[in-house]
Amino acid sequence: MTHDLIVIGAGPAGISTALTAASLGLKTVLLDEQPRAGGQIYRNVTVAPPKVTELLGPDYRYGRAMVERLERSGVDVRHAAVVWDVARDLSVTAMQAGRSFQLRAPQLIAATGAMERPSPIPGWTLPGVMNAGAAQIALKSAGSVPSGPVVLAGGGPLLLLVACQLLEAGATLEGIVETSPTGNRWRALPHLPAALGSPTALLKGLGFMRKLRSAGVPWFTGATELMVDGQEKAQALSFKAGGRAHSLKASVVLLHHGVVPNTQLTRLMRVEHDWDTAQVCWQPRVDAWGQTTLDGLRIAGDGASIGGALAAERSGVLAALGAAHAIGRLSLAERDARAQPAIKALKQQLHIRPFLDALYRPPEWINTPADDTMVCRCEEVTAGRVREMARLGCQGPNQTKFFSRCGMGPCQGRMCGATVSQILAKELGKPVAEIGAYRIRAPLKPVPMASLAALFDDNHENHPT
Amino acid sequence: MFRPIEPTGEKRTVALQVEGKSIVARAGDTLAIALLNAGVTPFRQTPVSGRPRAPLCLMGVCFDCLVEVDGQQNVQSCMLEVQEGMQVQLQHGARHMEGDV
Repeated sequence: MTHDLIVIGAGPAGISTALTAASLGLKTVLLDEQPRAGGQIYRNVTVAPPKVTELLGPDYRYGRAMVERLERSGVDVRHAAVVWDVARDLSVTAMQAGRSFQLRAPQLIAATGAMERPSPIPGWTLPGVMNAGAAQIALKSAGSVPSGPVVLAGGGPLLLLVACQLLEAGATLEGIVETSPTGNRWRALPHLPAALGSPTALLKGLGFMRKLRSAGVPWFTGATELMVDGQEKAQALSFKAGGRAHSLKASVVLLHHGVVPNTQLTRLMRVEHDWDTAQVCWQPRVDAWGQTTLDGLRIAGDGASIGGALAAERSGVLAALGAAHAIGRLSLAERDARAQPAIKALKQQLHIRPFLDALYRPPEWINTPADDTMVCRCEEVTAGRVREMARLGCQGPNQTKFFSRCGMGPCQGRMCGATVSQILAKELGKPVAEIGAYRIRAPLKPVPMASLAALFDDNHENHPT
Repeated sequence: MFRPIEPTGEKRTVALQVEGKSIVARAGDTLAIALLNAGVTPFRQTPVSGRPRAPLCLMGVCFDCLVEVDGQQNVQSCMLEVQEGMQVQLQHGARHMEGDV
């Protein structure tokens, strides 16, 4: 064992995990893929120029104190360290500066966060089509905005937030095209009373809408039949709304249909996952302390289920307390007592979730796209080809992968996995949970052979592999 | 495809070579955003059909920003910060296997 606890990912969940663990005296190491801590939500928060932090707003600037606390905490943080394998015995293999190394601890907390739900529509592989979150990342990490006309399409709080931020940053918004089916509003209504328990979040959402409307950004709702037009790059987004066909010119089309847990690492570790019908995504099965079905492996934050940055921060505290108790460093009574504020705050953060999940539930044609739509971007496999695999007798995503190469490219199924599971479920008339997901294998990210040759353990002894 | 919202000002710049042409980026930018700011598009052509691609996610999950950096192929340009003198080649089709394997 090299440490008491290994934490993967330095977003809000990972940072609060590491800080809590360190405060309990656990020898903790935090591995993060990026050059600076903060995750995607607080990306670059300590170094972004004032103009950028100003327009990204107080929710972004909030992260600064957290990252600074981490910097002062004395936690062993390894930046730009890519975790590419984790064994069932929890030994972690990562690569930093072209060298791979291994770490081992009795407790491992993955705070690997969320990714945007892929939005497979015709033309979504064209240059210029990006996730809405990508535009925000460009703003956070480089103060850059799209230089030509922009259209935002999809649904969810992030879509509106990014639209507001781009507007403020001087981008040209040609329109917002909401795809949430109109029936969503009725299905969201019963969850509204609970959502009123998170009034600040609701007011923020209303604020976004007011701002965009008063700026006169064309706004379409209940849009269907979205398609990005262009040959070599995006030129326009066409769609139907209000019974009419529309086309908005755009050199950058930003798509967004909510965020989902990034399950690549938990799939690699073969823990149990459940299909969540409300959030329409896979979730690793965890208890209140983030403990998965593999002893010692915990998940903190959006990697377990989507709750947002403030919820992730609290779940990190709970996972760290759980880990400290599991290795005998905290009594049950102490763990429970220390957990109370985090449990209360977490509950508060989650009030609005069922409302948002229902209101922004993606339309069926995003989850199971039409036949000619590309679902696997890497191997260029269409939804129709996946359906053909089902007709030929493929019973699940792995067979489908072997016969069609769907999910076999460099992204290792990150972009098509959930779509393929949902298409197959529908074709085979089975629940998604029964259809399952791609089996994920190491390396999680491509690593050069030379980095393996340099594989040392943390004591710098030659390792037999 | 992208542009910085404020002038480079006192921010340190670095020069890199893309397909033999010099571009200037700001220190701390990821390579993917530096390429987008410089108007480089597409980043690559796919191995399957040769269709053009550029980044989708900018956060390391889509693998559509793969480029060759200093001789190393299939590098996620969104996960790498620019360095002075970086030699970048765009990828046309599958990675090649010449010389070393």
